[in-house]
Amino acid sequence: MTTVVAALDAQTLADSVGLGAVYALMAVGIGLVFGVLRLVNFAYGQLIMAGAYTLAFTAHWRVVWSIVACVIVVVALSLAMERAVFRPLRGASPAVMLVTTFAIAFMLQAVALLVDIRDNTIGEVATSIAPLNQAITVGGVEVRKITIVAVLVAVVALGLLALLLLRTTIGLHMRAAAADFPTARMLGVQANRVIAFAVLLSGLLAATVAVLLTVQFPFVSPDFALRETIVVLVGVVVGGIDRLWTATLGGFLIGFATGVINGALPTEQTVFLPSAVFGLVIVVLLLRPAGLFAWGRPAVERV
Amino acid sequence: MKRFLEPLVQLAAPAVLVIAVGIGSTLVSSANEIYFLNALVSVAIVVAIYVFIGNSGVLSFGQISFVAVGAFTAGVMTIPLESKTGVLPQLFPILRDHTVGNVVSLLLGAAAGGVFALIVGLPLMRLSGLAAGIATFAVLEVTHNILREWTKIGPGATTLSLVPETTDALQATIGVLAVMTAAFVYQRSRFGRRLRASREDTAAARGVGVGVHRERLWAFTVSGALAGFAGALLVHLLGSITTEQVYLELTFLTLAMLVIGGLTSLWGAVVGALAVSALDSFLIEA
Repeated sequence: MTTVVAALDAQTLADSVGLGAVYALMAVGIGLVFGVLRLVNFAYGQLIMAGAYTLAFTAHWRVVWSIVACVIVVVALSLAMERAVFRPLRGASPAVMLVTTFAIAFMLQAVALLVDIRDNTIGEVATSIAPLNQAITVGGVEVRKITIVAVLVAVVALGLLALLLLRTTIGLHMRAAAADFPTARMLGVQANRVIAFAVLLSGLLAATVAVLLTVQFPFVSPDFALRETIVVLVGVVVGGIDRLWTATLGGFLIGFATGVINGALPTEQTVFLPSAVFGLVIVVLLLRPAGLFAWGRPAVERV
Repeated sequence: MKRFLEPLVQLAAPAVLVIAVGIGSTLVSSANEIYFLNALVSVAIVVAIYVFIGNSGVLSFGQISFVAVGAFTAGVMTIPLESKTGVLPQLFPILRDHTVGNVVSLLLGAAAGGVFALIVGLPLMRLSGLAAGIATFAVLEVTHNILREWTKIGPGATTLSLVPETTDALQATIGVLAVMTAAFVYQRSRFGRRLRASREDTAAARGVGVGVHRERLWAFTVSGALAGFAGALLVHLLGSITTEQVYLELTFLTLAMLVIGGLTSLWGAVVGALAVSALDSFLIEA
């Protein structure tokens, strides 16, 4: 009996880590843009959705080219979004920027719906990389190959990003811009270049997430990744949106917590999973409004 | 003279606009009437949201939870007794065995929204900025989840139907005017002025003795009650409702209406709601 419980727990842990890894990647993408633009990009999920559609439409290509197409489309869309919308709005009030990103999100969803309606089916199937979804057994735990891939990709991507931010000039500029944009500009950081680079990186991450998610959920519909984006946005704020690493950790943690709570809830109660997760979010925010990991800094003013 | 005229104009001008829409709804065909009435209910919801966000300057994604609570309270309590045991057999007996009239259900919706907002706001109103936005969003998620899954208090994931369709042009117009008057009276009261002071400069407002937490809680509760009332109007307009109709999409749509009209004035809330509703209806028909 105890072995069954232990195995179950290991299973839950493996699934939770896999979910957390994908969420962490999304959190970095959102956090990078927030760092330089102070903009919570609600339309991030639609970038992933666009990537997933690209994968679905190119499913008969060779996998490599399909993924390349996905990256190109997502990065192009990400840059276009910055150029057409974020740039004119720079310096607008947070409420205006937020509502604008809602509008982009719903517009892109509507475009996807139109594309979808052409062939009389809602949703497309992206099957080219589905074999990665098979499970292998490691020490009594069923792990889907994609979970391992997701964790590896997340670790490698985050490692590369850390190197980039810490060891290169553009990385230094980005960190300076995130810390204090006006001062950074006075010291010679080029605003447009830094922002475009951050948006580019965030697009690359969105494409990566698109690939990882379509393997697990091959059915692509206009609201693909919408739910995940909302949860990650919440996680990012819970972790602490002001710093990239706290935001990333927040993203990982909300994915991990969702998996663990899902495993811990009795089967008939799992419908109340969102209540449990978001209830926890409220408690954490009340205790640490500046973010769970925001140590050693003055807390956001509380009234 | 100007002292009395100016505030009166601030309320009268949007009120005239709302009455015009109300009269307009009786002049068009019955197929188009729904667009006008929908626009009026949107005004009620947006003004309710404005009472909190506009006066406090704190972003909340949670006000639609109070619309939902008001809508489901009013809806469940007005389904005729003879059909209620059939369609909603799992309800708590107290909900199942009682049915109330139209006006009482509107007030009940307001009361439910207000009490819920007060309970939720008590801890949450200590937050500001992004943390407040996300925490209130979490409230929306929890409310939606519970309404959707707990069949003892409502229809769960199925459609709540057989609700009497009592929101006609007269009721919608009077309802919206009531919400606007409440919002207007609140923002000109000492409570509203203290809160608006804290919106402009929290530190200075606190310096002159404004209890920011208490003032925000007041506004949140008033906003919740008005939102509950607007929800009751909505359910009596549609006759049937699901939890999905008072969730994410309505949240974003009403926030967009408020931001487009202008966050900090009653005028803005009314005009934004009417303009976006008009565009929406126009595009549906096009």
